Amino acid sequence: MGERHLLTGNHAAAYGAKLARAEVVSAYPITPQTMIVELLSEMVATGELEARFITVESEHSAMAACVGASAAGARAYTATSGQGLALMHEMLHWATGARLPIVLSNVSRAMGPGWSIWAEQTDFLSQRDTGWMMLFAESVQEAQDFVIWMYRVAEQVLLPGMVSMDAFILSHTSEPLIVHDQSAVDAYLPPWEPLYTLDPAEPRAYGGLVNRDHYFELRYKAYEAMDRARGLMDEAGREFGEALGSAYGPVEEFMLDDAEYVFVSAGAMTSNVRYAVTQLRERGIKAGLLRLIAFRPFPFEPIREHLAGRTKVAVLDRNMSPGHSGIFASEIRAALAGLPGAPPIFGYVLGIGGRDIRVETVFEVADDLVTRDDPERALYVGVKGLPIGPTRPGTVITPLEPLEGVAP
Amino acid sequence: MRWDLPVEERIYPGTLGCQACGGALSMRLALKALGDDTVVVIPACCWSIVDGPWPVHALKVPVLHTAFETAAVVAAGVKAAKLQQGKDTTVVAWAGDGGTMDIGLQALSGAAERNEDILYACYDNEAYMNTGIQRSSSTPLGTWTTTTPNERPETRPKKNIMEIMAAHRIPYAATCCPAYPDDMIAKFRKAKEMTGTRFLHILSVCPPGWKMDSEQAIEVMRKAVHSRVFPLYEVEGGLDYTINMWPQYETKPEDYFSMQGRFKPLLNDPELLAEVKRQIDKNWNTLVERHVRTHPRFPEASPADR
Repeated sequence: MGERHLLTGNHAAAYGAKLARAEVVSAYPITPQTMIVELLSEMVATGELEARFITVESEHSAMAACVGASAAGARAYTATSGQGLALMHEMLHWATGARLPIVLSNVSRAMGPGWSIWAEQTDFLSQRDTGWMMLFAESVQEAQDFVIWMYRVAEQVLLPGMVSMDAFILSHTSEPLIVHDQSAVDAYLPPWEPLYTLDPAEPRAYGGLVNRDHYFELRYKAYEAMDRARGLMDEAGREFGEALGSAYGPVEEFMLDDAEYVFVSAGAMTSNVRYAVTQLRERGIKAGLLRLIAFRPFPFEPIREHLAGRTKVAVLDRNMSPGHSGIFASEIRAALAGLPGAPPIFGYVLGIGGRDIRVETVFEVADDLVTRDDPERALYVGVKGLPIGPTRPGTVITPLEPLEGVAP
Repeated sequence: MRWDLPVEERIYPGTLGCQACGGALSMRLALKALGDDTVVVIPACCWSIVDGPWPVHALKVPVLHTAFETAAVVAAGVKAAKLQQGKDTTVVAWAGDGGTMDIGLQALSGAAERNEDILYACYDNEAYMNTGIQRSSSTPLGTWTTTTPNERPETRPKKNIMEIMAAHRIPYAATCCPAYPDDMIAKFRKAKEMTGTRFLHILSVCPPGWKMDSEQAIEVMRKAVHSRVFPLYEVEGGLDYTINMWPQYETKPEDYFSMQGRFKPLLNDPELLAEVKRQIDKNWNTLVERHVRTHPRFPEASPADR
């Protein structure tokens, strides 16, 4: 059954890697991730985790070392954040093309400049097309469990996977969680049996030159594996519940049955959205919540099923694709295209650079959602001096003004 | 003199290397020394091509191809996995001069500073040859390349990667070249038996990039050694220097330069040539001083060096 502990999200992620019996951990310090690899280096130093810990000189090298270790057949893990994930980008593509089931935890933070260590998901979502599976954790329990769940799927489809944990809100918040029994995790996640291990008895070349008559097919196999991961992720999430107590899936529904106004969110902000939904219900607004847990592979079916026929949908994006809209909003609009009864999708951009997303913030969004007629591409929530709305060219905004109602 | 070159070949004939490719010859000799229990990590470089397009493969040992700047750290990752699995496989990073001295220097420095248990071989043809002869930080002063044209040849001396590696105080760093296969194989054998980061700097002829006839490939590398442009030496622990081959002083730097079209701007500029020769002398004298400091009795040097 495991033991109840009080841990931060970061330490929970480290326990996830430990319970998954990572064999090579390679990492570089970056706030707010550093506690993950500090704890792992301690676990390796004391022998609590039998692994090699490589203290590389950059995140690019952290991922490169994972590529080398995984290609040789070891279960490889790293953790990073923001700038570090961006620096890894080239090697993220490499890990996918090489079909290596590496898992990383990303403490999602805003990109500089200006320097910001605070919560935002743009760093994570910018890796959308690298071919990594992508999950969003909401709780400390999930920060641990998703690492284990991800390895289970990754090693079945030979694709890497990353887990997002929002900076500070999840990474540094202590919550009770169950740290699972090692034997129960071992039963759920047996040792990886790699197809190839850079064995000198089988002198093959990996990742070399591929001409135009072969490359597409090799990539197609990776695309196909990602589609296959969709069902395997469902299955592994259900089995997680049977083996370790809490079942997981690509989405979570909350008060959706008769909901007319549905909020869509991902990550730690969801806790406030969930509470706001219960309060809105008390006010007589038929609100509901659809939480996105899996971003890649994208859960088309549950999204269509849960959003069809609703009056309005508010997608809450703690991220932005400039010149387009919040990234979840555009993905969900695409998923609903052509669906009979598809609701209008109102894309709200909020919480950028760690700006709080409070229960009251969700109420403001709810008020706007109920009264607004046109679903705008992107509606900015909380820009100083501006009501909720699209960008307004020529309007002067004043960043130095104090934030209303919030301690600096 | 009796040579002891293993007869086993771990490279198939018919690679995609250019005629007289120093990199292909170097790999052949290196694998003779390193044996079957070897994994080679290759970043972007000529060897990405030489090894052949998927599904063919030129070596009888496994090769892991990787991104340009990652040879050292990917090798470290492979080694970590092998150690974790209880295996003693020799893991070699095999990179060109760009992948070593430019884009890969950070990862190499990190691996060397941590003393990762890898053997790093840089086959140095003194420019980005795979992309079509662009200058690198390894390109010597006064050299023509496609990005240092005759009107403005290379303005800076070649980066001294051996001193950089010695400064990391790694167990072993050595220069070698395939024109002296006995010396090269001895150094790879010695490196293989050591643990920690071992660095081998190979002068690697590139006839198309150096603008010369391929049948002179061996001769030109010998001239590089004997003109003291590329001395053969080793550094142990970052401080102990040993010159392994004392040059024949009748060979002048001009004898080396004049065999190659890339040095035309240098040969046409007497002042620049004089400066380059001064630098060759200074570098050589520094090397001899370090050798003497390491070997106070100084038995190997010829009287001219005393």
